[in-house]
Amino acid sequence: MTERLLRFTVNGEPREVRVADDRRLVDVLRDDLRLTGTKEGCSVGVCGVCGVLVDGALVSACLYPAVFADGASITTIEGIARGGTLAPLQEAFISEGGFQCGICTPGQIVAAAALLAERPRPTDAEIDEWMTGSLCRCTGYAGIRRAIRKAAGG
Amino acid sequence: MSYAYHEPSELDEALALLARHGDDAHAVAGATAFMLLYRQGLLRPSHVVGLRRVRSLGGIRDDGGALVIGATATHREAERSPLVARHCAALARAFASVATVRVRNQATVGGNLAHADPAQDPPAMLLALDAAVTAVSPGGTREIPLAELFVDVLTTSLAPGELITAVRVPALAPGTRAAYVKFLPRTADDYATVSVAATLRRSEDGRVADVRVVLGAVGPTPIRATSAEDALRGAAPDAARIAEAAALARDAADPIDDVRGSAAYKREMARVWTERALRSLVA
Ligand SMILES: Cc1cc2nc3c(=O)[nH]c(=O)nc-3n(C[C@H](O)[C@H](O)[C@H](O)COP(=O)(O)OP(=O)(O)OC[C@H]3O[C@@H](n4cnc5c(N)ncnc54)[C@H](O)[C@@H]3O)c2cc1C
Repeated sequence: MTERLLRFTVNGEPREVRVADDRRLVDVLRDDLRLTGTKEGCSVGVCGVCGVLVDGALVSACLYPAVFADGASITTIEGIARGGTLAPLQEAFISEGGFQCGICTPGQIVAAAALLAERPRPTDAEIDEWMTGSLCRCTGYAGIRRAIRKAAGG
Repeated sequence: MSYAYHEPSELDEALALLARHGDDAHAVAGATAFMLLYRQGLLRPSHVVGLRRVRSLGGIRDDGGALVIGATATHREAERSPLVARHCAALARAFASVATVRVRNQATVGGNLAHADPAQDPPAMLLALDAAVTAVSPGGTREIPLAELFVDVLTTSLAPGELITAVRVPALAPGTRAAYVKFLPRTADDYATVSVAATLRRSEDGRVADVRVVLGAVGPTPIRATSAEDALRGAAPDAARIAEAAALARDAADPIDDVRGSAAYKREMARVWTERALRSLVA
Protein backbone atom coordinates (compact mmCIF):
# COMPACT_ATOMS: atom_id res chain seq x y z
CA MET A 1 0.00 0.00 0.00
CA THR A 2 1.52 3.30 -1.03
CA GLU A 3 -1.46 5.49 -0.35
CA ARG A 4 -3.87 5.78 2.52
CA LEU A 5 -6.79 7.63 4.00
CA LEU A 6 -5.66 10.20 6.54
CA ARG A 7 -8.04 11.50 9.16
CA PHE A 8 -7.20 14.64 11.07
CA THR A 9 -8.75 17.88 12.12
CA VAL A 10 -7.78 21.07 10.36
CA ASN A 11 -8.65 24.28 12.17
CA GLY A 12 -11.11 22.34 14.30
CA GLU A 13 -12.92 20.60 11.42
CA PRO A 14 -12.57 16.87 10.87
CA ARG A 15 -11.13 16.12 7.43
CA GLU A 16 -10.38 12.96 5.50
CA VAL A 17 -8.05 12.88 2.58
CA ARG A 18 -6.54 10.08 0.50
CA VAL A 19 -2.83 10.69 -0.05
CA ALA A 20 0.23 8.97 -1.43
CA ASP A 21 2.50 7.95 1.46
CA ASP A 22 5.29 10.26 0.33
CA ARG A 23 3.28 13.47 0.20
CA ARG A 24 4.26 16.47 2.21
CA LEU A 25 1.82 18.15 4.52
CA VAL A 26 2.23 21.44 2.64
CA ASP A 27 0.94 19.83 -0.58
CA VAL A 28 -2.01 18.19 1.13
CA LEU A 29 -3.00 21.47 2.75
CA ARG A 30 -2.59 23.62 -0.34
CA ASP A 31 -3.54 21.30 -3.20
CA ASP A 32 -5.96 18.79 -1.68
CA LEU A 33 -7.65 20.93 0.96
CA ARG A 34 -7.24 24.23 -0.89
CA LEU A 35 -5.91 25.95 2.20
CA THR A 36 -3.53 28.17 0.31
CA GLY A 37 -2.84 30.56 3.19
CA THR A 38 0.11 28.33 4.03
CA LYS A 39 2.84 29.27 1.54
CA GLU A 40 5.80 27.40 0.19
CA GLY A 41 9.09 29.27 -0.05
CA CYS A 42 12.46 27.57 0.26
CA SER A 43 11.12 23.97 0.39
CA VAL A 44 13.97 22.99 2.73
CA GLY A 45 12.72 24.04 6.15
CA VAL A 46 14.63 27.30 6.37
CA CYS A 47 12.35 30.23 5.50
CA GLY A 48 9.29 29.62 7.70
CA VAL A 49 6.48 30.57 5.31
CA CYS A 50 4.99 27.06 5.50
CA GLY A 51 4.81 27.06 9.31
CA VAL A 52 1.77 25.22 10.71
CA LEU A 53 0.91 23.71 14.07
CA VAL A 54 0.56 19.96 14.45
CA ASP A 55 -0.93 19.16 17.85
CA GLY A 56 0.23 22.61 18.89
CA ALA A 57 3.85 22.15 17.76
CA LEU A 58 5.20 24.54 15.14
CA VAL A 59 6.69 22.68 12.17
CA SER A 60 7.64 23.37 8.55
CA ALA A 61 4.92 21.76 6.43
CA CYS A 62 7.44 21.40 3.57
CA LEU A 63 9.50 18.98 5.67
CA TYR A 64 6.58 17.24 7.33
CA PRO A 65 5.36 13.95 5.88
CA ALA A 66 1.57 14.08 5.62
CA VAL A 67 1.35 10.55 7.05
CA PHE A 68 2.75 11.91 10.34
CA ALA A 69 -0.38 14.04 10.66
CA ASP A 70 -2.79 11.10 10.74
CA GLY A 71 -5.02 11.57 13.77
CA ALA A 72 -3.50 14.96 14.60
CA SER A 73 -5.01 18.37 15.09
CA ILE A 74 -3.61 20.88 12.60
CA THR A 75 -3.81 24.65 12.75
CA THR A 76 -3.04 26.76 9.70
CA ILE A 77 -3.23 30.52 9.22
CA GLU A 78 -6.88 30.05 8.19
CA GLY A 79 -7.59 28.84 11.73
CA ILE A 80 -6.17 31.82 13.59
CA ALA A 81 -9.14 34.15 13.06
CA ARG A 82 -12.34 33.03 14.76
CA GLY A 83 -15.73 33.31 13.06
CA GLY A 84 -14.61 35.94 10.58
CA THR A 85 -13.06 38.14 13.25
CA LEU A 86 -9.32 38.68 13.22
CA ALA A 87 -7.45 37.50 16.31
CA PRO A 88 -5.79 40.19 18.46
CA LEU A 89 -2.45 38.96 17.14
CA GLN A 90 -3.55 39.63 13.56
CA GLU A 91 -4.88 43.06 14.52
CA ALA A 92 -1.54 43.79 16.14
CA PHE A 93 0.36 42.86 12.96
CA ILE A 94 -1.81 45.39 11.12
CA SER A 95 -1.57 48.21 13.66
CA GLU A 96 2.17 47.74 14.23
CA GLY A 97 3.05 47.32 10.55
CA GLY A 98 4.30 43.77 11.01
CA PHE A 99 4.53 43.19 7.26
CA GLN A 100 5.09 44.81 3.91
CA CYS A 101 4.67 42.44 0.97
CA GLY A 102 2.84 39.86 3.07
CA ILE A 103 4.24 36.61 1.70
CA CYS A 104 5.82 35.67 5.03
CA THR A 105 2.90 36.89 7.13
CA PRO A 106 0.98 33.59 7.45
CA GLY A 107 4.10 31.85 8.72
CA GLN A 108 4.98 34.77 11.01
CA ILE A 109 1.52 34.80 12.57
CA VAL A 110 1.30 31.04 13.02
CA ALA A 111 4.78 31.04 14.61
CA ALA A 112 3.86 33.94 16.88
CA ALA A 113 0.60 32.24 17.87
CA ALA A 114 2.57 29.15 18.89
CA LEU A 115 4.93 31.32 20.93
CA LEU A 116 2.10 33.09 22.75
CA ALA A 117 0.38 29.78 23.45
CA GLU A 118 3.53 28.58 25.15
CA ARG A 119 4.67 31.89 26.65
CA PRO A 120 1.85 34.40 27.00
CA ARG A 121 4.30 37.14 28.08
CA PRO A 122 7.51 36.57 26.16
CA THR A 123 10.54 38.80 26.65
CA ASP A 124 12.10 40.45 23.59
CA ALA A 125 14.89 37.89 23.73
CA GLU A 126 12.36 35.06 23.75
CA ILE A 127 10.51 36.61 20.82
CA ASP A 128 13.74 36.92 18.84
CA GLU A 129 14.86 33.41 19.67
CA TRP A 130 11.53 31.87 18.75
CA MET A 131 10.98 33.87 15.55
CA THR A 132 14.49 33.07 14.29
CA GLY A 133 14.06 31.40 10.94
CA SER A 134 10.79 33.12 10.11
CA LEU A 135 12.38 35.16 7.39
CA CYS A 136 11.08 38.56 6.26
CA ARG A 137 12.84 40.09 3.28
CA CYS A 138 11.11 43.48 3.63
CA THR A 139 13.09 44.25 6.83
CA GLY A 140 9.93 44.02 8.93
CA TYR A 141 11.39 42.42 12.05
CA ALA A 142 10.98 45.44 14.32
CA GLY A 143 7.30 45.70 13.40
CA ILE A 144 6.81 41.97 13.86
CA ARG A 145 8.37 42.11 17.31
CA ARG A 146 6.20 45.10 18.24
CA ALA A 147 3.10 43.27 17.04
CA ILE A 148 3.87 40.20 19.14
CA ARG A 149 4.59 42.36 22.16
CA LYS A 150 1.31 44.19 21.68
CA ALA A 151 -0.68 40.97 21.27
CA ALA A 152 0.93 39.77 24.51
CA GLY A 153 -0.51 42.86 26.19
CA GLY A 154 2.77 44.71 26.62
CA MET B 1 5.99 5.99 -7.31
CA SER B 2 5.63 6.58 -3.64
CA TYR B 3 7.23 4.37 -1.06
CA ALA B 4 5.02 2.43 1.33
CA TYR B 5 5.09 3.93 4.79
CA HIS B 6 5.04 1.64 7.83
CA GLU B 7 4.56 2.82 11.38
CA PRO B 8 5.15 -0.04 13.82
CA SER B 9 4.62 0.43 17.56
CA GLU B 10 7.10 -2.27 18.58
CA LEU B 11 10.85 -2.23 18.09
CA ASP B 12 10.93 -5.88 16.97
CA GLU B 13 8.47 -5.08 14.24
CA ALA B 14 10.58 -2.13 13.04
CA LEU B 15 13.72 -4.27 12.96
CA ALA B 16 11.87 -7.07 11.13
CA LEU B 17 10.57 -4.64 8.48
CA LEU B 18 14.04 -3.23 7.90
CA ALA B 19 15.52 -6.74 7.72
CA ARG B 20 12.82 -8.02 5.37
CA HIS B 21 13.14 -5.14 2.89
CA GLY B 22 16.91 -4.69 3.14
CA ASP B 23 18.25 -2.06 0.77
CA ASP B 24 14.73 -1.15 -0.32
CA ALA B 25 13.88 0.09 3.18
CA HIS B 26 14.82 3.26 5.03
CA ALA B 27 14.10 4.19 8.64
CA VAL B 28 12.84 7.65 9.55
CA ALA B 29 12.31 9.28 12.90
CA GLY B 30 11.59 13.01 12.49
CA ALA B 31 12.19 12.73 8.74
CA THR B 32 13.75 16.21 8.47
CA ALA B 33 16.97 14.94 6.92
CA PHE B 34 15.18 12.16 5.08
CA MET B 35 12.69 14.48 3.35
CA LEU B 36 15.49 16.64 1.95
CA LEU B 37 17.45 13.67 0.63
CA TYR B 38 14.32 12.00 -0.75
CA ARG B 39 13.17 15.11 -2.56
CA GLN B 40 16.58 15.51 -4.14
CA GLY B 41 16.33 11.94 -5.38
CA LEU B 42 19.31 10.85 -3.29
CA LEU B 43 17.24 8.20 -1.52
CA ARG B 44 14.66 6.08 -3.34
CA PRO B 45 13.37 3.49 -0.85
CA SER B 46 10.30 1.36 -1.62
CA HIS B 47 9.57 1.07 2.10
CA VAL B 48 9.91 3.67 4.81
CA VAL B 49 9.76 2.54 8.42
CA GLY B 50 8.66 5.29 10.78
CA LEU B 51 10.05 5.03 14.31
CA ARG B 52 7.99 7.79 15.92
CA ARG B 53 5.36 5.45 17.39
CA VAL B 54 7.80 2.83 18.66
CA ARG B 55 7.13 3.19 22.34
CA SER B 56 10.46 1.95 23.68
CA LEU B 57 12.44 4.57 21.72
CA GLY B 58 10.99 7.67 23.38
CA GLY B 59 11.52 9.53 26.60
CA ILE B 60 14.36 10.94 28.66
CA ARG B 61 15.34 9.38 31.96
CA ASP B 62 17.95 9.20 34.66
CA ASP B 63 19.56 5.80 35.03
CA GLY B 64 21.58 5.76 38.23
CA GLY B 65 23.25 9.09 37.48
CA ALA B 66 23.57 8.53 33.74
CA LEU B 67 21.28 10.50 31.44
CA VAL B 68 19.47 8.36 28.88
CA ILE B 69 17.80 10.15 25.97
CA GLY B 70 15.54 7.98 23.82
CA ALA B 71 16.27 8.04 20.10
CA THR B 72 12.91 9.55 19.15
CA ALA B 73 13.00 12.33 21.75
CA THR B 74 12.86 15.56 19.78
CA HIS B 75 15.51 18.25 20.15
CA ARG B 76 12.84 20.45 21.68
CA GLU B 77 12.02 17.84 24.30
CA ALA B 78 15.71 17.47 25.09
CA GLU B 79 16.44 21.19 25.27
CA ARG B 80 13.53 21.72 27.70
CA SER B 81 13.99 18.61 29.79
CA PRO B 82 14.79 19.37 33.44
CA LEU B 83 16.78 16.12 33.52
CA VAL B 84 19.00 17.27 30.65
CA ALA B 85 19.45 20.72 32.18
CA ARG B 86 20.36 19.23 35.56
CA HIS B 87 22.79 16.79 34.00
CA CYS B 88 24.58 19.40 31.91
CA ALA B 89 23.32 22.85 30.96
CA ALA B 90 25.74 23.00 28.03
CA LEU B 91 24.14 19.87 26.57
CA ALA B 92 20.72 21.52 26.74
CA ARG B 93 22.31 24.49 24.97
CA ALA B 94 23.69 22.25 22.22
CA PHE B 95 20.23 20.84 21.58
CA ALA B 96 18.75 24.34 21.62
CA SER B 97 21.39 25.47 19.11
CA VAL B 98 19.91 23.33 16.35
CA ALA B 99 18.38 25.55 13.65
CA THR B 100 14.93 26.80 14.61
CA VAL B 101 12.08 25.78 16.87
CA ARG B 102 10.36 24.29 13.81
CA VAL B 103 13.22 21.93 13.10
CA ARG B 104 13.70 21.13 16.79
CA ASN B 105 10.03 20.21 17.17
CA GLN B 106 10.35 17.58 14.44
CA ALA B 107 13.97 16.38 14.39
CA THR B 108 14.97 13.67 16.85
CA VAL B 109 18.10 13.14 18.91
CA GLY B 110 18.65 9.67 17.41
CA GLY B 111 18.05 10.90 13.87
CA ASN B 112 20.61 13.63 14.38
CA LEU B 113 23.27 11.14 15.47
CA ALA B 114 22.45 8.64 12.70
CA HIS B 115 22.47 11.39 10.06
CA ALA B 116 26.06 12.22 11.04
CA ASP B 117 26.40 15.57 9.34
CA PRO B 118 29.62 16.92 10.89
CA ALA B 119 28.16 20.44 11.06
CA GLN B 120 25.45 19.37 13.50
CA ASP B 121 25.52 20.64 17.06
CA PRO B 122 24.71 17.80 19.50
CA PRO B 123 27.37 15.34 18.29
CA ALA B 124 30.35 17.44 19.42
CA MET B 125 28.86 18.06 22.86
CA LEU B 126 27.85 14.44 23.32
CA LEU B 127 31.33 13.31 22.32
CA ALA B 128 32.86 15.73 24.83
CA LEU B 129 30.59 14.21 27.47
CA ASP B 130 31.80 10.71 26.57
CA ALA B 131 28.34 9.55 25.50
CA ALA B 132 27.55 6.27 23.77
CA VAL B 133 24.56 5.11 21.76
CA THR B 134 22.74 1.87 22.37
CA ALA B 135 22.14 0.12 19.06
CA VAL B 136 19.93 -2.87 18.32
CA SER B 137 19.69 -5.21 15.37
CA PRO B 138 18.12 -8.62 14.96
CA GLY B 139 21.53 -9.91 16.10
CA GLY B 140 21.40 -8.19 19.50
CA THR B 141 22.26 -5.02 21.37
CA ARG B 142 25.58 -3.17 21.58
CA GLU B 143 26.94 0.09 22.93
CA ILE B 144 28.81 2.30 20.48
CA PRO B 145 30.88 5.13 21.98
CA LEU B 146 30.35 8.29 19.94
CA ALA B 147 34.03 8.31 19.03
CA GLU B 148 33.35 5.06 17.14
CA LEU B 149 29.92 5.99 15.79
CA PHE B 150 31.05 8.75 13.45
CA VAL B 151 33.09 7.39 10.56
CA ASP B 152 32.86 10.04 7.86
CA VAL B 153 30.52 12.69 6.45
CA LEU B 154 26.98 11.22 6.70
CA THR B 155 28.50 7.85 7.57
CA THR B 156 28.24 5.95 10.84
CA SER B 157 29.37 2.54 12.02
CA LEU B 158 25.75 1.39 12.33
CA ALA B 159 25.15 -1.77 10.32
CA PRO B 160 22.34 -1.77 7.73
CA GLY B 161 19.06 -2.26 9.56
CA GLU B 162 20.61 -1.47 12.93
CA LEU B 163 18.81 1.16 15.01
CA ILE B 164 19.85 3.55 17.74
CA THR B 165 17.51 3.13 20.70
CA ALA B 166 19.03 5.77 22.99
CA VAL B 167 22.06 7.88 23.73
CA ARG B 168 23.57 7.46 27.17
CA VAL B 169 25.51 10.27 28.81
CA PRO B 170 27.48 9.09 31.85
CA ALA B 171 27.42 11.02 35.12
CA LEU B 172 29.93 13.86 35.10
CA ALA B 173 32.65 13.74 37.74
CA PRO B 174 31.75 16.22 40.50
CA GLY B 175 33.07 19.71 39.73
CA THR B 176 33.14 19.17 35.97
CA ARG B 177 32.17 22.24 33.95
CA ALA B 178 31.03 22.12 30.36
CA ALA B 179 30.61 24.62 27.54
CA TYR B 180 29.17 24.57 24.04
CA VAL B 181 29.88 27.49 21.73
CA LYS B 182 28.67 27.84 18.14
CA PHE B 183 30.20 30.41 15.80
CA LEU B 184 27.47 31.84 13.54
CA PRO B 185 28.85 34.64 11.38
CA ARG B 186 26.00 34.39 8.83
CA THR B 187 22.57 33.90 10.38
CA ALA B 188 21.34 32.84 13.81
CA ASP B 189 19.71 29.67 12.46
CA ASP B 190 22.65 28.48 10.37
CA TYR B 191 24.80 25.42 10.81
CA ALA B 192 27.97 26.20 12.71
CA THR B 193 30.97 27.62 10.89
CA VAL B 194 32.90 26.18 13.83
CA SER B 195 31.63 24.85 17.11
CA VAL B 196 33.51 23.85 20.24
CA ALA B 197 32.35 21.57 23.02
CA ALA B 198 34.55 21.31 26.08
CA THR B 199 34.49 19.90 29.57
CA LEU B 200 36.98 20.69 32.30
CA ARG B 201 37.50 19.66 35.89
CA ARG B 202 40.10 21.12 38.23
CA SER B 203 41.66 19.48 41.22
CA GLU B 204 41.89 21.18 44.59
CA ASP B 205 45.19 22.87 43.74
CA GLY B 206 43.52 24.47 40.70
CA ARG B 207 45.29 22.34 38.12
CA VAL B 208 43.37 20.67 35.34
CA ALA B 209 42.44 17.17 36.43
CA ASP B 210 40.46 16.30 33.35
CA VAL B 211 39.59 18.04 30.11
CA ARG B 212 37.98 17.21 26.77
CA VAL B 213 37.90 19.47 23.74
CA VAL B 214 35.83 18.58 20.67
CA LEU B 215 35.61 20.62 17.47
CA GLY B 216 32.48 20.55 15.32
CA ALA B 217 32.02 21.51 11.64
CA VAL B 218 35.75 21.49 10.88
CA GLY B 219 36.23 17.94 9.66
CA PRO B 220 34.38 14.91 8.31
CA THR B 221 33.35 14.00 11.86
CA PRO B 222 33.50 15.88 15.17
CA ILE B 223 37.19 16.03 16.07
CA ARG B 224 38.56 15.45 19.54
CA ALA B 225 41.52 17.80 19.96
CA THR B 226 43.58 15.47 22.14
CA SER B 227 46.77 17.51 21.74
CA ALA B 228 44.99 20.52 23.22
CA GLU B 229 43.71 18.35 26.06
CA ASP B 230 47.23 17.01 26.75
CA ALA B 231 48.61 20.54 26.94
CA LEU B 232 46.14 21.37 29.70
CA ARG B 233 45.96 18.20 31.73
CA GLY B 234 47.94 18.57 34.94
CA ALA B 235 48.69 22.23 34.23
CA ALA B 236 47.45 25.43 35.80
CA PRO B 237 44.96 26.75 33.20
CA ASP B 238 46.25 30.30 32.99
CA ALA B 239 45.79 32.49 29.93
CA ALA B 240 49.08 31.41 28.35
CA ARG B 241 48.35 27.72 28.75
CA ILE B 242 44.86 28.12 27.36
CA ALA B 243 46.24 30.05 24.37
CA GLU B 244 48.70 27.24 23.77
CA ALA B 245 45.95 24.62 23.92
CA ALA B 246 43.79 26.68 21.55
CA ALA B 247 46.64 26.85 19.03
CA LEU B 248 46.86 23.05 19.17
CA ALA B 249 43.11 22.84 18.55
CA ARG B 250 43.61 24.94 15.43
CA ASP B 251 46.12 22.39 14.19
CA ALA B 252 43.72 19.55 14.96
CA ALA B 253 40.96 21.07 12.81
CA ASP B 254 40.61 19.61 9.33
CA PRO B 255 38.08 21.87 7.59
CA ILE B 256 37.14 22.38 3.96
CA ASP B 257 36.52 25.57 2.01
CA ASP B 258 32.80 26.18 1.65
CA VAL B 259 30.14 28.89 1.84
CA ARG B 260 30.86 29.29 5.55
CA GLY B 261 34.46 30.25 4.98
CA SER B 262 37.83 29.11 3.76
CA ALA B 263 39.60 26.24 5.48
CA ALA B 264 42.25 28.67 6.76
CA TYR B 265 39.62 30.95 8.26
CA LYS B 266 37.82 28.08 9.96
CA ARG B 267 41.09 26.79 11.39
CA GLU B 268 41.77 30.21 12.88
CA MET B 269 38.22 30.38 14.21
CA ALA B 270 38.68 26.95 15.79
CA ARG B 271 41.55 28.48 17.75
CA VAL B 272 39.58 31.58 18.75
CA TRP B 273 36.48 29.67 19.87
CA THR B 274 38.45 27.00 21.69
CA GLU B 275 40.19 29.75 23.62
CA ARG B 276 36.85 31.36 24.48
CA ALA B 277 35.26 28.07 25.52
CA LEU B 278 38.18 27.13 27.74
CA ARG B 279 38.35 30.57 29.33
CA SER B 280 34.69 30.36 30.21
CA LEU B 281 35.39 27.08 32.00
CA VAL B 282 38.07 28.51 34.26
CA ALA B 283 36.49 31.93 34.86
C1 LIG C 1 16.49 23.50 7.85
C2 LIG C 1 17.38 22.63 8.67
C3 LIG C 1 18.36 23.20 9.46
C4 LIG C 1 19.19 22.42 10.25
N1 LIG C 1 20.12 23.02 11.05
C5 LIG C 1 20.81 22.26 11.93
C6 LIG C 1 21.67 22.87 12.90
O1 LIG C 1 21.83 24.07 12.96
N2 LIG C 1 22.33 22.05 13.75
C7 LIG C 1 22.16 20.70 13.73
O2 LIG C 1 22.73 20.02 14.57
N3 LIG C 1 21.39 20.11 12.82
C8 LIG C 1 20.71 20.86 11.93
N4 LIG C 1 19.89 20.25 11.03
C9 LIG C 1 19.92 18.81 10.90
C10 LIG C 1 18.96 18.15 11.81
O3 LIG C 1 19.50 18.15 13.11
C11 LIG C 1 18.74 16.72 11.32
O4 LIG C 1 18.08 16.79 10.07
C12 LIG C 1 17.88 15.95 12.27
O5 LIG C 1 18.41 15.93 13.56
C13 LIG C 1 17.69 14.53 11.83
O6 LIG C 1 16.78 13.93 12.73
P1 LIG C 1 15.41 13.30 12.20
O7 LIG C 1 14.76 12.68 13.37
O8 LIG C 1 14.62 14.29 11.45
O9 LIG C 1 16.03 12.20 11.26
P2 LIG C 1 15.45 11.49 9.96
O10 LIG C 1 15.42 12.43 8.83
O11 LIG C 1 14.22 10.76 10.30
O12 LIG C 1 16.61 10.44 9.74
C14 LIG C 1 17.92 10.84 9.40
C15 LIG C 1 18.76 9.59 9.14
O13 LIG C 1 18.96 8.90 10.34
C16 LIG C 1 18.43 7.59 10.27
N5 LIG C 1 17.79 7.34 11.56
C17 LIG C 1 16.83 8.09 12.18
N6 LIG C 1 16.56 7.60 13.39
C18 LIG C 1 17.36 6.53 13.55
C19 LIG C 1 17.56 5.60 14.62
N7 LIG C 1 16.88 5.68 15.77
N8 LIG C 1 18.47 4.62 14.45
C20 LIG C 1 19.19 4.51 13.29
N9 LIG C 1 19.04 5.35 12.27
C21 LIG C 1 18.14 6.36 12.38
C22 LIG C 1 17.48 7.58 9.12
O14 LIG C 1 17.40 6.31 8.52
C23 LIG C 1 18.09 8.61 8.20
O15 LIG C 1 19.09 8.03 7.40
C24 LIG C 1 19.05 21.02 10.23
C25 LIG C 1 18.06 20.43 9.43
C26 LIG C 1 17.23 21.21 8.66
C27 LIG C 1 16.18 20.56 7.83
